[in-house]
Amino acid sequence: MAKQIDLHDVAHSELEMRSRYTTRVKACSSTACLSAGAGPVRQALDQAAEREDVNSDVQVVPTGCMGMCSSGPLVRVEPRGAEPTMYAQVTPDIATRIIREHVVVRKLIDEHVLDEDQPFFSRQRKIVLGNAGRIDPERIEDYVAEGGYQALAGALNDLAPEEVIEIIDDSGLRGRGGAGYPTAKKWDMLRRAEGSPKYLIANGDEGDQGAYMDRTIMEDDPHRVIEGMIIAAYATGASHGYIYVRAEYPTAVERLERAIRVARRQGLLGRNILGSDFDLQLEVRIGAGAFVCGEETALMASIEGRRGTPSLRPPYPTEKGLWGQPTMINNVETLANVPAIVANGAEWFGEVGTAQSKGTKVFALAGSLVNTGLIEVPMGITLREIVFDIGGGIPNDGVFKAAQSGGPSGGCLPASLLDSPVDYESLRKLGSMMGSGGLVVMDDSMRMPDVARFYMEFCREESCGKCAPCRTGTVQMHALLDRICEGVGRRRDLQHLESLCRTVRQTSLCGLGQSAPNPVVSTLDHFRHEYLDLLVPDVSYNGTAPSVPPRPQAPDPAVTTKGGSR
Amino acid sequence: MSRGNGRPSIPVTIDGQEAMAYEGETILDVATRIGVRIPRLCYLEGLSVWGGCRLCLVEVEDDPRYRLSCATPVVAEMAVTTTNWELHNHRRRIVEMLFAEGNHICAVCVSNGDCELQDLAAETDVDHIHYDLQHPDASVDASHPKYVLDRERCVLCTRCVRVCNEIEGAHVWDVGGRGSDSMIVAELSKPWGESPSCTWCGKCVLVCPTGALAFKGRAVGEMRHDPAVIDFLKTARDEGKWYERQEAR
Ligand SMILES: Cc1cc2nc3c(=O)[nH]c(=O)nc-3n(C[C@H](O)[C@H](O)[C@H](O)COP(=O)(O)O)c2cc1C
Ligand code: SF4
Ligand code: SF4
Ligand code: FES
Repeated sequence: MAKQIDLHDVAHSELEMRSRYTTRVKACSSTACLSAGAGPVRQALDQAAEREDVNSDVQVVPTGCMGMCSSGPLVRVEPRGAEPTMYAQVTPDIATRIIREHVVVRKLIDEHVLDEDQPFFSRQRKIVLGNAGRIDPERIEDYVAEGGYQALAGALNDLAPEEVIEIIDDSGLRGRGGAGYPTAKKWDMLRRAEGSPKYLIANGDEGDQGAYMDRTIMEDDPHRVIEGMIIAAYATGASHGYIYVRAEYPTAVERLERAIRVARRQGLLGRNILGSDFDLQLEVRIGAGAFVCGEETALMASIEGRRGTPSLRPPYPTEKGLWGQPTMINNVETLANVPAIVANGAEWFGEVGTAQSKGTKVFALAGSLVNTGLIEVPMGITLREIVFDIGGGIPNDGVFKAAQSGGPSGGCLPASLLDSPVDYESLRKLGSMMGSGGLVVMDDSMRMPDVARFYMEFCREESCGKCAPCRTGTVQMHALLDRICEGVGRRRDLQHLESLCRTVRQTSLCGLGQSAPNPVVSTLDHFRHEYLDLLVPDVSYNGTAPSVPPRPQAPDPAVTTKGGSR
Repeated sequence: MSRGNGRPSIPVTIDGQEAMAYEGETILDVATRIGVRIPRLCYLEGLSVWGGCRLCLVEVEDDPRYRLSCATPVVAEMAVTTTNWELHNHRRRIVEMLFAEGNHICAVCVSNGDCELQDLAAETDVDHIHYDLQHPDASVDASHPKYVLDRERCVLCTRCVRVCNEIEGAHVWDVGGRGSDSMIVAELSKPWGESPSCTWCGKCVLVCPTGALAFKGRAVGEMRHDPAVIDFLKTARDEGKWYERQEAR
């Protein structure tokens, strides 16, 4: 049997080790900062510390994402017993000065200090990203020192599986993968499902463009995902787990694999976890990076080594999933919420968020904003707070036009909806959706039909081709949008576009096709005039353009109008 | 036609017609048995359900979504409406888009007159293609001595894939590519004629709904498919029964 980790021992010696340093300098080493030059910055920090001979007093810690990616590379100086200071846009030169001036002679380099008292930081509420930017993701000791794996130990020692599910149920946690399905309900279904073995899958496919929430969670705090999975497996009776990550995320794969190896060595995975009689095997599976492989039935096909196309449901995965066995698929962020909920209780979690949508949501904030980056906010925060407080508003005195949430499956929210809360119900009511958490802000230089065309092109490229309406419909809708955007569309093109939106939405097999029309429908809802302005005017028989602008087309004189298909 | 054991015991209503269904029967099964026609393309009796053409969606009372009749088992007291104005329009648009996706020039096709796509066009009132023709750059595979595959006429129903895998057990065919680049390929993309697993049984040709798969040497309009033979074979194989059947047209 593997040696059992003593969590208290590890935490204690880690904290003691930390206290030996007078200053800890954290250098963001996540993908966004690395591409802005964080690698040489960290080298410069190390070298300067050596040159100044403060090696034994200063610890340089490579960490995950500190959030404000638009100001990277970020460095945070944390002197013992004094206020921490964050530096933005650090170059190797500034890094050297940070050591020489700030660390050694306690003189701040004012012009590069990033005020942490600004709303970008203060309006956020970090649960899943609690450790991101704070710990070295490659060291389990760092995670344990922050209280990691305590929730697991507590659950294994004191809670029956049903009690764990009850806590999750009471907390109101809902799936962060897009649809917002109550997590406890899914867990309960797997628990009750007949058959063995049962499988658990963490969905880290993250195929929407611009989204990097799940990547950041996996890269910056891999042990949190693993702890969440072990607790989920314990609660549901799963004995095998997979973390499905796209091949474009090599760092996430590497860190997860390392974390799994370490956890196994420490008796946190494998047989008799932490001395209990509970066993779990975990494995990382690498996907080829197709959007549709994030859909759960396609994802399972891909893990089984088959072509990644969706299949009909029912049967649902909890009845008949991976290799015909009961299987549960949870999003990475959903699972990353679990340790904190189990550790702090359902009530603590329920204090954040709204009545229907509890807790926080991580968003990848992008587009025309002063501050972009990765944020975690309480559910129910208004769009205005996200855009103007956290995002710092539109640069160069631009005007906010719309925000697109939910990526290619979502919709746009115009300025008139800035004060609506961001939660599952509200967004769906407004014709958008939470999605996995992409949030793109557009200023008034954007033409909304172009935006719709852009997302439709993505769906056309990502359609798996299994079902006729999505395979052919995305091609046709893209062609119609293309014609309209190029200024050669006619009124009948718009009519065809709208009727195809209804057909593709209601007849496609999986969520990709069913939601592909969403960006078109919502931009038409809110910015119809932009489409109309682009149309070639219809010419009447006497050669003059009709003076009446085309009216919104009446819906099909349908006997019924249904929401979709199954 | 294989049915559940015992007597039909599930009362259902299809287009106002009351019927008793067997345990495990789908909506499409029951409708077919009582003579109600539901448009379909990928479904073929005797093969596994694929669910790709989406033409067989029907309305089920008190259900907020349309249901796929080829894949949805009936439950007691289910009330099904097989078509309404909206469904009719959905089907028409899908059929139109299938025409637009390939190069369907009926006048020069071996299957003219024996084509389920043509039948569907008639059934869904398609008299005109409203959409851009995609003019695919699809290829013809005439490397097999007896048969020919013309991908320009393929509607990706995967009947050939399934019949080869499930009935013949050879698994020559698969779908390659993705989205609008999807195409039927033999042996991980080899010419059909070089396939070592093809047994020359011709089942894929018999089940193809269009002129995509055909016997060599047929002139325009001379091809006759026989998809119903699969159910006959399967019933004989599974139950040892050889029922009376009409030969192909
Ligand atoms: C086209 C498509 C893409 C999807 N991509 C993802 C994805 O990248 N990550 C994810 O967690 N869920 C994705 N989903 C949703 C999953 O099917 C599934 O609902 C989710 O992983 C369940 O986890 P949750 O209950 O924790 O949200 C996608 C769904 C569709 C239809
Ligand atoms: S909706 Fe699109 S992605 Fe989904 S099964 Fe159909 S073709 Fe594939
Ligand atoms: S070749 Fe014929 S049977 Fe095969 S997928 Fe195409 S249309 Fe269907
Ligand atoms: S016949 Fe049901 S989807 Fe094709």
